[in-house]
Amino acid sequence: MTLLSLHNIRKSFGAVDVLHGVDLSVAAGEVVGLVGDNGAGKSTLMKTITGIYRADTGSIEFDGKDILALDPGQRRRLGIEMIYQDLSLAKQQDVASNIFLGREPTKKVFGLFPGFVDKAAMDREATRMIERLGARLPSINRSVGSFSGGQQQTVAIARALTFNPKLVIMDEPTAALAVREVQSVLDLIRRLRSEGIAVILISHRLNDVLSVTDRIVVLRHGRADADLVTSKTNMNEVVSRIVGGGDISAAAAHEQRG
Amino acid sequence: MASETAQPGFWARVQRASVERLHIRLESLVVLLALSAAMALLSPFFLSLSNFLNILLATSTIGVLAIAATFVIGSGGLDLSLGSVMGLAGVAGAFVAVNLGWPSVFAVVACILAGAIAGNINGQLVTRAFVPAFIVTLGMLGLARGLALVISQGRAIYGLPSEIVYIGQGRPLGIPMPVIIFVLTAIVAHCVLAYTRFGRHTLALGDSESAARAAGIRVEHHRRIIYTLSGALAGLAGLLFTARVNAGDPTAGINYELTAITAAIIGGTNLFGGRASILGTMIGALIMGVLQNGLTLLAVQSYYQQMAIGAVLILAVFIDQYQVRKESRV
Repeated sequence: MTLLSLHNIRKSFGAVDVLHGVDLSVAAGEVVGLVGDNGAGKSTLMKTITGIYRADTGSIEFDGKDILALDPGQRRRLGIEMIYQDLSLAKQQDVASNIFLGREPTKKVFGLFPGFVDKAAMDREATRMIERLGARLPSINRSVGSFSGGQQQTVAIARALTFNPKLVIMDEPTAALAVREVQSVLDLIRRLRSEGIAVILISHRLNDVLSVTDRIVVLRHGRADADLVTSKTNMNEVVSRIVGGGDISAAAAHEQRG
Repeated sequence: MASETAQPGFWARVQRASVERLHIRLESLVVLLALSAAMALLSPFFLSLSNFLNILLATSTIGVLAIAATFVIGSGGLDLSLGSVMGLAGVAGAFVAVNLGWPSVFAVVACILAGAIAGNINGQLVTRAFVPAFIVTLGMLGLARGLALVISQGRAIYGLPSEIVYIGQGRPLGIPMPVIIFVLTAIVAHCVLAYTRFGRHTLALGDSESAARAAGIRVEHHRRIIYTLSGALAGLAGLLFTARVNAGDPTAGINYELTAITAAIIGGTNLFGGRASILGTMIGALIMGVLQNGLTLLAVQSYYQQMAIGAVLILAVFIDQYQVRKESRV
């Protein structure tokens, strides 16, 4: 069942054309790797899915609905979450504030005044979510800016998973992590798939992409240049598709070691 | 939850709790108490109920402006037009009541509406024309002041109706009306900033605009509301001031933005947004009030008071930035 389908997405910034008509589809519970050289348009494409950018032309359907006209908040409510490369955390706010940013639960105070944020419920939920991820944080009430990179990543992941998403987009989630943390992110992706949650993984670490995805889409010069089934491809092919043919054995060997 | 670092000391824990639970920096409270103690020692007139009410009364106008400054700066913005908009609002209200002769309630509405319109223009320019807030509100500082002078033809408008004057000079239960309005405004503003989604989004916006945007917060829309709110609060301050002095004075509120922003910063508002509390700002406003009151009781010329406020502003930002640099881990 197709969960997300993009058709002929174009996006330019002023005179710079970034996306020249991208087609992409993701099935429910499928893990799709999105790879491509720097400047291929990966992040731009993802931001047109989350609604941060509005595509110039093309169509985006999610769960059978046309979502092109929806803003990021509305798309989030439909179940599209993204973990940004820079994590996009509000660093001076605490863990629960970040996880619930934009969708804080409210309650009535003294049975009279509505609209008060239910901080206790937020803290409770946040603690549960962090524990479910098997992570440990110094304190749930500290500003996330005081945490280590891995701990901040945990908060960003918890934010993406708390509201039962259908699709989670991860932009370079392992780029800044230690080896052990990388493994836990890959395990998490496998767990999401087993729960029927689709994942789009953007990564430069092709070993990770090959080990965890069902399909690999190669973005090149603003187009989906190749759509490979992971079990039927290999490092050589992926690398050659990314750089666009030629003698790529040296580059592939480099990646293999990396 | 288990901590990986050593347990912090008692003072550090109290500090952290005050920041997390009460949204105030303990240092500012210590400064306020120390300053009050010093003034009490220096002047026999300082410690009395009537002087206390005097301080609150003198703080009420600045305090309302400081609330506005807290919201704007907390959201990562800046409003330099607070004092001018306050002056314009007071003149607008007096003009409606005296020159047009409309009922007092229209004058009250005119004050707040004039402020809200000026603030909304600020917000529109910042979010749609992409002119930096510093320039937009600096321009509005000139525009609003000039318009106030045009409307009043450069002269204060006298002869306000008694209902308006009551707002400034009435004393139900012995408490000055401006103090009552100021305290109520502060309580509502504190609840809004600390406990509502609007308030939390305001701080998130000041903390990281991209994070707020990714979270689905309508960033530009939110900013326009904040600038409009800031203007409306400046309008309320204009009403309080005009009612208290019983005149629509086009020169009212000159340099007040300096004191208001200083109060917000001393209270722990991060100059670059993301951290702010009304409770903290109230302590900051009281520090400014005690300072001015004390210096007046000690017969220090008002010229020096102006210098003191400017120095305190720079000192407060210096201390804040020093602490941020000390605490920050990347």
